[in-house]
Amino acid sequence: MSDTTNQQDLMRKLMQRAAPGRAEFEDLVIVPIFAVIVALIVGALIMLATAVDIATIGKSYLALLYGAVGSLNAISETLTSAIPLVLSGLGLALGFRAGLFNIGAEGQIIVGGIAAVIVGFSFEGLPWVIHLPLALIAGAVVGGLYASIAGWLRATTGAHEVISTIMLNLISYRLLDYMLSLSWMQREGRSDPVSKSVVPSAELPRLLTDIDPNLRLHAGIFLMIAMVLLVHWLLFKTKIGFEFRASGENPDAARYAGMRASLIIVLAMATAGALAGLAGANQVLGVLERATPGFSAGIGFDAISVALLGRSHPVGVLFAGLLFGALEAGGRQMQVDAGVSIDLIGIIQALIIVFIAAPLLVRAIFPWGFQKPASGRKE
Amino acid sequence: MDVELRGITKRFGPVTANDNVNLTIRAGEVLGLLGENGAGKSTMMNILSGLYSPDEGQILIDGKPVDFEGPGDGIAAGIGMVHQHFMLVPVFTVAENVILGVEPTGRLDYLDLKTARAQVRDINDKYGLEVDPDALIEELPVGIQQRVEIIKVLFRSAEVLILDEPTAVLTPQEVEDFFGIVKSLRDAGKAIVFITHKLHEILEIADRINVLRGGRITGEGDPKSLTEQQLAEMMVGRPVSFDVQKAPFKPGETLLEARDLVVLNDNDDIAVDRASFHIRSGEVVGIAGVQGNGQSELIETLTGLMHAASGSVSFLGKDVTHASARERHRMGMAHVPEDRHKSGMIANFTIYENMVLNTYYEDRFSSGPSIKWPEVLKTAAKYSVDFDVRTPSIYLKAGNLSGGNQQKMVVARELERETKLVIASQPTRGLDVGSIEYIHKRLMEARDEGDGVLIVSSELDEIMSLSDRILVMFEGRIVAEFDTAAGPVDKNAVGLAMAGVHA
Repeated sequence: MSDTTNQQDLMRKLMQRAAPGRAEFEDLVIVPIFAVIVALIVGALIMLATAVDIATIGKSYLALLYGAVGSLNAISETLTSAIPLVLSGLGLALGFRAGLFNIGAEGQIIVGGIAAVIVGFSFEGLPWVIHLPLALIAGAVVGGLYASIAGWLRATTGAHEVISTIMLNLISYRLLDYMLSLSWMQREGRSDPVSKSVVPSAELPRLLTDIDPNLRLHAGIFLMIAMVLLVHWLLFKTKIGFEFRASGENPDAARYAGMRASLIIVLAMATAGALAGLAGANQVLGVLERATPGFSAGIGFDAISVALLGRSHPVGVLFAGLLFGALEAGGRQMQVDAGVSIDLIGIIQALIIVFIAAPLLVRAIFPWGFQKPASGRKE
Repeated sequence: MDVELRGITKRFGPVTANDNVNLTIRAGEVLGLLGENGAGKSTMMNILSGLYSPDEGQILIDGKPVDFEGPGDGIAAGIGMVHQHFMLVPVFTVAENVILGVEPTGRLDYLDLKTARAQVRDINDKYGLEVDPDALIEELPVGIQQRVEIIKVLFRSAEVLILDEPTAVLTPQEVEDFFGIVKSLRDAGKAIVFITHKLHEILEIADRINVLRGGRITGEGDPKSLTEQQLAEMMVGRPVSFDVQKAPFKPGETLLEARDLVVLNDNDDIAVDRASFHIRSGEVVGIAGVQGNGQSELIETLTGLMHAASGSVSFLGKDVTHASARERHRMGMAHVPEDRHKSGMIANFTIYENMVLNTYYEDRFSSGPSIKWPEVLKTAAKYSVDFDVRTPSIYLKAGNLSGGNQQKMVVARELERETKLVIASQPTRGLDVGSIEYIHKRLMEARDEGDGVLIVSSELDEIMSLSDRILVMFEGRIVAEFDTAAGPVDKNAVGLAMAGVHA
């Protein structure tokens, strides 16, 4: 009898979650925070080196802060910029988890956007409860299908997804240019490459126009939050998510466990593409209300940084996306107020990633922020 | 040269890897160092070779204290280490590998290979190593590669040689030759530290034995007066049983049958050559053979991970030649993979995730698309208790477990289901005596409950003690079969068959 109680005690003890390790906390929280700080400092040094005087540097960082969170408009802009970054970042994070380095979010955003805009201007008179979801789904489905081309190539021929998604990006740019030159796509009576406008029933409604008609924040934010939750559920609570993560961590062990690698690759790419396509749909239905040349604006590449910064975790991606959104919105303000080019923001974003990728460097710069690493390795 | 470790203590954070260790190594003597995984053997040897510096204590060479600052200092002082995993450049010749890092050079940095070859030949002659200096490493058998590692150390004029689990990769015959080399090194006045967890080897080769447990020296003695039983007890800290408890041999119906199985490896060479055999319920079939003779490919084909080029496999009376790994798994085929790190577990996953790595989709763990994690947690905790996986929490990453506990985790996952046939490849490789005993016990329980068990191992002793029938593989073919149920099997005969010599 005591044997069974003993056993149950042991089981209970085993099921207690170990306190999160200090090292884990450092990796997830402290390193990113310090990375941002170092990046800002190095950004300042770069400005200094390019003969910007100190007063202007101070002014530009104040403008950065103000433009990011300093007013309702700033917050609205930050969130508006963050939405597509988070959406496509989620897709990329999911791919990374499954061991797929998908560079193709940009292309998936474009084809998703094209599909959404076509649905968005083609059906007049539909109620919005049908039209808007239809346009969003069109974006997700087409983005997903486009990405699964790369997944299918990888699964059947071994063609590496990095190469094939880069090529698909190039194809998508030209596809967009071509489609914007088609007369049924173009805005009536115009010959410049701009698509017809999305009809109101397919628009993602703006949320804050009652306060100020210039506020651009739109209903895509709900989509973003829903997707963060959905991806979290998918990755950590479902069978397919388990398979994604297992194949990403150790493809051999996944194969030995009877998981079907090729199916997983195609599915993971398709899901990632669907999220990027959704980001594209979000841009054309919520921000631009039409498709223009280069409407993807490098979001798909910034999203790679967002996914990496967010450690491929849905919640991390949310925060990273918000940070990058803030940098973008603040950067615009910086350009206006201090006359510092918005390109500096690109530099700062890149620096953040460099420092995130080199945690040892960050630890070396800020020794007091971290526990002393153990000397030598345990056997 | 004599070396003395005096009061060595080394801590890693809260873990004390070596606790006040005293050890004497004498010229012209083989010191056997015995200990479980994690007992602190490697830490101690890394201190001796200069890789770590001790927190307390001293190293004395010929009575004079020395201070090692880095990995180069050990070899400079004459202490050389032969690692378990060879550090050789496969596309280089023996001589090139030997001189790597200490190349004799002439004017203008001209590489003097001629001198190098001559020096390698000198070492060869002196210790009877018989290695061709111009042979390419990748074309040499493992046993010879190991000699190259020894030449490397001798070339750097080592007086103390540390051999870390040197016999793990050798056939029984190669082990005999290797022992000859060790003896000739000893007779030439070298000091040898022989690290192993194989008891009979240490009794055969060592002049003196030290046993390490939990970072301390727990036993010291003369191999002439010690038995394996006593050594194992010193090593584990409790009596260990070597006799595998077996119920009487009562084979039942045939579970698995392979007919004329031919398997090609990745290079399209024949890895398994017309193998035919069967496994019955209630019997243990052992496949003996030196690694790389087609055992891995055979197992992958039986478990559905590789496809047969020709021939067939039937399981429970059904033809499964083309069935997937998961289908076979569902039919009751359990598979303990040969390399747990590479294919048996995911180091970055928690223990509970690893416990359901291939059963997560079953109804007991999932409903619809989602996994019932509370159910998984409960089951994983139960498995851990049942299989004695020692961990503070199942939320820990599997990579944090010791090798023995990782293997118990894998075995628990495979055996705690309705199984009909258990295929275990190298089930105890690299494990300590305690874990080996435990895993053997569980495998035997599976047999006694009527499962068929197929064991592949490069440890002949393991095969001999567990199997009811032994198949020997050589160059992809099953070259011999021995029936242990019929009477004692001559170990030498099995060893010869493993080397491809027909009886």
